[in-house]
Amino acid sequence: MIVLDCLGRRCPLPVIALAKRLPTVAIGEVIRVLADDPAAANDIRAWCRMKDQEFVQEEGTAFDVRRIS
Amino acid sequence: MLPRPPLQQDDTVPGVEYTGVRAGAAAYLDSATAAPLHPVARQALLAALDDGWADPDRLYSVGRRSGQLLDAARAAVAEALGARPDEVTFTASGTSAAHAAVLGGLAGRKRAGGTLVHSAIEHSAVLHAARLHGDAAEVGVDLRGRLDLDGWRSAVGRPGVALASLISASHEVGTTQPVAAAAEACAAAGVPLYVDAAQSVGHIPVPAGWSLLSASAHKWGGPPGVGVLVVRKGVRWLSPWPGDDPHRPRPVGALDLPAVVAAAASLRAVQAEAQTEAVRLSALIDRIRHVVAATVPDVEVVGDPVERLPHLVTFSCLYVDGEALLHALDRAGFAVSSGSSCTASTLRPCHVLEAMGVLSHGNVRVSLHRGTTAEDVDRFLAVLPGLVEQIRKEAGM
Repeated sequence: MIVLDCLGRRCPLPVIALAKRLPTVAIGEVIRVLADDPAAANDIRAWCRMKDQEFVQEEGTAFDVRRIS
Repeated sequence: MLPRPPLQQDDTVPGVEYTGVRAGAAAYLDSATAAPLHPVARQALLAALDDGWADPDRLYSVGRRSGQLLDAARAAVAEALGARPDEVTFTASGTSAAHAAVLGGLAGRKRAGGTLVHSAIEHSAVLHAARLHGDAAEVGVDLRGRLDLDGWRSAVGRPGVALASLISASHEVGTTQPVAAAAEACAAAGVPLYVDAAQSVGHIPVPAGWSLLSASAHKWGGPPGVGVLVVRKGVRWLSPWPGDDPHRPRPVGALDLPAVVAAAASLRAVQAEAQTEAVRLSALIDRIRHVVAATVPDVEVVGDPVERLPHLVTFSCLYVDGEALLHALDRAGFAVSSGSSCTASTLRPCHVLEAMGVLSHGNVRVSLHRGTTAEDVDRFLAVLPGLVEQIRKEAGM
């Protein structure tokens, strides 16, 4: 799985990193974003909703997103 | 004259020196934080500075004169809010009125229970009081920021609930709340309802069904430093502060009586023009909602498009640092606020945006007032897309 290490980076940087990388993986693949900004949990979910991608799960500072379109 | 401050280097846009020179005429678009002083408030304030400086509790003639001014102010505010004069207390701020409503409302109902039920989108003043109290149950909102009424009904219906707290309309996104239905649920459960009406008083009619209500003068065009607390007759309330009579709300310390007089005078003036202003400002907000969505890519205009305050709109721009956008808008002459975490003293995203589940970064709240013109809004709409594009470009998007 591709892991984007955004620990210590403030929002919107983790979302920007995810938006840049997700189109490079195949549909159905999952990217894990590591982020500890307090806005990350909310904003990665909101990004998935706005961009029609699947928010798979959250585990501590790890957020998994599947490309579905 | 004060010496000019040295030019400051602003690091939001690398290499750009922030000179404070405006690109256009300045437009203040943050009335939800503090509305500019209404001309009637200014007039009343100046008159009351001469006439109402003495302690209204003293029995000599200048004190009695202050007492008369205070009584008149109380009567005017009571009439505006649909209350009795003896139910109205002025406080030193909207925040202290909210604290007194929550903590006093809970203390007065200690025998009935200890739980405070509140929406997830209350003002931080209410949430701070809830945290201090400890025993609190939060009810969520939907994507548009409207209270989950089913969740509310079951929460206030549980045993041990002392008080319920609901904001009249979201101060962050403008969505008006179903206060009447929430009040019905409270009445059925025998739970008093506290409504924080700070953001709606002076803009839309005061809702019905509440037992306690608070407001804040600088949100309607009165001076800062005046809050209003209304406790309905028969509602049990016990002061959270030390004082003589614990059953009767009192301001903590001496009131700023000239400011109270100005607040009352301006509330009357603001309510007289409220309907006309609501129509005018609401059309401008509609325009902002439509044009921002059409001209800024990857933007989420949040809050209810219809069931909302007439003067307030919030939107979030993907991939944009809220602080950078706020400063860029300031340089272009626009004062707005933001719920993005980078702009908050706590570095946490706005709890209202989080509760709704909408994007919190790149967030801008625009709130209009009686001085806002259609030209101000047009200029704002003209510069916004370019500023967003520039910040995104710098972030590599």
